[in-house]
Amino acid sequence: MERIDLAKTPLRDLNQFLHHEVRKKKIKQVEIINPDGAHSIAVGVDAPVKIDVRGHTGYYCAGMNKQAEITVHGNAGPGVAENMMSGVVHVKGFASVSAGASGHGGTLIIDGDASLRCGISMKGIDIVVGGNVGNFSAFMAQAGTLVVCGDAGDHLGDSLYEAVIYLRGKVKSFGADAREEPMTKADEKKLAELLDRAGLKYKPKEFKRIASAKTLYNWNADADQEY
Amino acid sequence: MCGIIGLLVKRPDLRSQLGDWMVPILIGMTERGPDSAGLAAFTDRAKGENLKYSLYADDPDFDWKRLEASFKKNLGSKVKLAVQDNHALLSTHLEPEEVRAWLHEHFPGVHVLSVGKVMEVYKDIGTPTAIAEKYDFQDLEGSHVVAHTRMATESAVTPDRAHPFTAGRDFCLVHNGTVSNPYSIRRMLEPRGIHFDTDNDTEAVCRFLEWRMREGDSLEKALQHGFAELDGFYTLLMGTKDKLALVRDAFACKPAVVAETDDYVAIASEFHALAHLPNVNKARIFEPQPEQIYVWNA
Repeated sequence: MERIDLAKTPLRDLNQFLHHEVRKKKIKQVEIINPDGAHSIAVGVDAPVKIDVRGHTGYYCAGMNKQAEITVHGNAGPGVAENMMSGVVHVKGFASVSAGASGHGGTLIIDGDASLRCGISMKGIDIVVGGNVGNFSAFMAQAGTLVVCGDAGDHLGDSLYEAVIYLRGKVKSFGADAREEPMTKADEKKLAELLDRAGLKYKPKEFKRIASAKTLYNWNADADQEY
Repeated sequence: MCGIIGLLVKRPDLRSQLGDWMVPILIGMTERGPDSAGLAAFTDRAKGENLKYSLYADDPDFDWKRLEASFKKNLGSKVKLAVQDNHALLSTHLEPEEVRAWLHEHFPGVHVLSVGKVMEVYKDIGTPTAIAEKYDFQDLEGSHVVAHTRMATESAVTPDRAHPFTAGRDFCLVHNGTVSNPYSIRRMLEPRGIHFDTDNDTEAVCRFLEWRMREGDSLEKALQHGFAELDGFYTLLMGTKDKLALVRDAFACKPAVVAETDDYVAIASEFHALAHLPNVNKARIFEPQPEQIYVWNA
């Protein structure tokens, strides 16, 4: 295992190591200590490597991740795992705004709360939040799944496309075109699998399914901007 | 972009730590605000009936001794002046209207940055490191401090447009964000006799909230009015003689992180600026929720 101390190593050296050395030498495990809220830790990794970050991270940690399994043993700043392609990002604390924004694939697990705009414009990523999510979560979410084990804020799923939200707690308000729908067997199966991946013990039957009513899919001139 | 910084110590014996703990947070926020910096510190109470006036002179070689002598001669009042580069802290029992009018007439290049029983303000253009050194920020002692690093968006880079802004007595405000309706707020306040020093959007927010409190609102009630009246993006940090208050707008685009222990409450725009604080790994760390009012008592 390689250990990199961000109190001594410049961030650029760390990321270049993760981009080049890890692939070349087929390194399987990296530990990052003293992150102290630095931005852009472990962005753009494209290798099957396990990375443990021991502390809190700043903006964009694990952005654009491919293949890697990245665990933040602390809180994550804005845009954690933004635009993730594959792999797993696990935040043990809370995540700031825009967690998993525009993620294409992979799994983002947040043990604590996620702030506003969690999963905004997600395009295929699966996000499991152990706590609550803030306002405008899954805004314009195109594909993938957002699982919320706690409560959701205002405007949940505003202008949803094909992404699906599973919510265990209460919602303050739905966004335009988001609605509750009956859970199917396929939903329960998918949800059970995601909860299992996140190591959470909740039962799929405790959740509601929220998806797009698809009234915004075609332009309606008569709606007069009232949605 | 800008950086906001707040620090409140919870025990009297920690008042001497205020500057030492705050300066690295301020410098940590340099990337968010490299063009100006400033702070309002809540320090010792002015003696008796005295008020503290934080003054700023445009001229870096300004002769403060001449101002002191002229003040005594013209206003016949005892005065104490503590000079710190082109800032000075003036203590007198005279009321702000009289002091401002006299300064305006005799020393038009000297500006009143703040008035209060406990608050002192220092702000200038330059990097946070340079400003902290120039005004010996690390030596500050007190109960709480509100500071700011500026990356200007809405008005020019000048010392008077740096934050904090103040209004009334012992009230200051720093802001990260942009307010879209400062001129409609201004048009509402100016006919009520409220004077503006600059064209800065944050000054409008500061004067609006202070006006609400003078009209009888508590700080919390004034902020509720602010949520309805202010249009734009803002994370605001405010100080009064005995409170530190923090709010974010409904969209919470402008960041803030709070770290609270038994010894202190520390606030910065980003966590990395707080990472050096003692026992921060045991602190309760959280981000303020949109449109929730957080108040800590000094």
